[in-house]
Amino acid sequence: MAEKRKIEVPVMADLFAKGEKPEYLLWVGSAGAFDDRYKKVIRAFVKILTHLNVSYAVLGVEESSSGDVARRAGNEMLYQMQTLTNIDILKMYEVKKIITCDPHVYNTFKNEYPDFDGNFEVIHHTQFLQKMIAEGKLKIESSLLKDKTITYHDPCYLGRANGEYNAPREVLDSIPSTLKEMKRNRSQALCCGAGGGQMFKEAEKGEKEVFMERTEDVLETGANIIVTACPYCMVMMTDGLKYKNKETEIKNYDIAELIEQSLEL
Amino acid sequence: MISTIVFILMLAVAIAFFTRNVRKISRNIKLGKDINRKDNPVKRWWLVFKVAIFQSKMMGLPIAGILHVFVYAGFILVNIEMLEVMVDGITGSHRAFSFLGKFYPVIISATEFFALLVIIGCVVFLFRRNVIRLPRFWKPEMTSWPRLDANIILLTEVVLMTSVFFLNASDYILQTREFGHYEQVGSFFLSSFFVPLIQNLPSETLVLIDRSCWWLHIAGIMLFLNYIPYSKHFHVFVSFPNVYFSKLEPAGKIANMPSITREIKSMLGKPVDPEENVDMAAMSFGAQDIKDLTWKNLMDAYSCTECGRCTRVCPANITGKKLSPRKLMMDARDRLELTGKNIDKKGVDYKDDKSLFDFISAEELWACTTCNACTNECPVNIDQVSLVIEMRRYLVMEKAAAPGELNAIFSNIENNGAPWQFSQQDRLLWANELYINEKA
Repeated sequence: MAEKRKIEVPVMADLFAKGEKPEYLLWVGSAGAFDDRYKKVIRAFVKILTHLNVSYAVLGVEESSSGDVARRAGNEMLYQMQTLTNIDILKMYEVKKIITCDPHVYNTFKNEYPDFDGNFEVIHHTQFLQKMIAEGKLKIESSLLKDKTITYHDPCYLGRANGEYNAPREVLDSIPSTLKEMKRNRSQALCCGAGGGQMFKEAEKGEKEVFMERTEDVLETGANIIVTACPYCMVMMTDGLKYKNKETEIKNYDIAELIEQSLEL
Repeated sequence: MISTIVFILMLAVAIAFFTRNVRKISRNIKLGKDINRKDNPVKRWWLVFKVAIFQSKMMGLPIAGILHVFVYAGFILVNIEMLEVMVDGITGSHRAFSFLGKFYPVIISATEFFALLVIIGCVVFLFRRNVIRLPRFWKPEMTSWPRLDANIILLTEVVLMTSVFFLNASDYILQTREFGHYEQVGSFFLSSFFVPLIQNLPSETLVLIDRSCWWLHIAGIMLFLNYIPYSKHFHVFVSFPNVYFSKLEPAGKIANMPSITREIKSMLGKPVDPEENVDMAAMSFGAQDIKDLTWKNLMDAYSCTECGRCTRVCPANITGKKLSPRKLMMDARDRLELTGKNIDKKGVDYKDDKSLFDFISAEELWACTTCNACTNECPVNIDQVSLVIEMRRYLVMEKAAAPGELNAIFSNIENNGAPWQFSQQDRLLWANELYINEKA
């Protein structure tokens, strides 16, 4: 019999006041905090962390935008203000390791924050899950997705930007299911269309939305599930399925949600 | 004797003119801002070896990749014979390397084989460009000059290589006839197929063919050498250093602007180095023109051979937006060449009324998703994204000319720490009423 237990998400300031220091900081990101669809991803990932008894905390109301989008949209002033402020807070709490579900946050923390003396070990949640599986801490025995065909969309900022193609695939391999690649995958994967500030603006004049082009790649595989590992990709693929009238046949999940479902958390 | 003098004069003029143009290009590249690309030489040499010499990234499109190896390797190896041509031209000898004896026909036969590879490659390339009309060679930025430039290069190479066959075939026939100074050096494999075509011609005509092909070949090479600096074909030289000076950091990293960090620190009330006095008013942000780009951006522009692999994979271009990463490189080069010409004519301090923005529109810049498909694809490691970011920085920080929706997210981030208009105090609401199933 399953019994529901309430999760109190640990907040850095509270732990610090008690003299406790968690192993990981979970960087929720603005999408995790405010986008209704993406909140479910963060909730799923927090359930996994709880299930694994991981020592972690979030910044809560002290968290702010990583600045990634500001920098890519050309507003370096704003980016540096965000960066310097964020680094101050992270250093105040003596943060050493950061987990995030957002490849854009991952990229800027890992590759760009060191220029401002912000040196942290940054881990994308797919890398964290891969590690847990490899260490035998996370085992998936469920046959829930056994008959499903899954296709994985590589987020640009995890794949091309940082060369991480294997971790998400290894996590998916651990879930009993069929994995089918799109014709454009790994370093050849097509962008969802949301990076570089596009998420927040109308696309420039053209013949087609980028996410529609990518959704067609998904449809070609005949998959029942499109799995992503990025909040922007999540929004774009959801829109794509909606415009193609495929939202009932094809589901769009983050890798963390598939794990959550498989573990019946 | 006269021919030796003519040859040496031609060679001297060709080399002098070429050197002059390469110096100009080098000066143009140095107009860019400094950037450190000299760290980690081991890794850089490895990249040159892998990406430039062994052309690893060309194989992404295997047909074009293999044919390009034919032309590239063929052209370099044919130059074994060029070396002999040089010696013959300068000393007035005939087939100076024939002292190699038995090996000589083997070597010459090998160079003929390489010449054939070049011809095959170039003919198929001409066919792909002009008959099949592969879309990437017919994008809007491929106006008449870029298309003609490509065809001039390919046709010239075909002519240069064909001349090798007729040169060797006529030489061989003259050898068998023991005519004049044409001593027996043996037969060459591929040109022997050309022998029947000219076998019945009188010896004097064959000497004429032999000499014409020889002069055509050498004069052609010298002209070609001097055409290259005016052409996209300059990639044959500059792509090697361009790969050496590649960005070594992960593709997702954008170059920092340390110059403004001090100002931001003092705005945030953080301690700053009082020694370091920066005049914010005199500082410029991002790239408006050539001088605001790094020398590596400018070298990128000269390394681009307009193959269009970047544009072929660009999500914006695929979906019909105006952005084409290849066009950005072509535009940067055009602007740079114009700047260079202005310097030649009117001195270093001359400023015309143009900038990069006369070549590249805001619409193109704002269509980029920074997905790095272009940089990943480029066979010579050009960084198109850095140009986009620098020009966006100029638009946003100098001109306050970001698209309206982006201005809105800037002010949201500034005011409430998120691109959306939600209060920072609500950042933990997602955690409410969260339950986990515990298995009994």
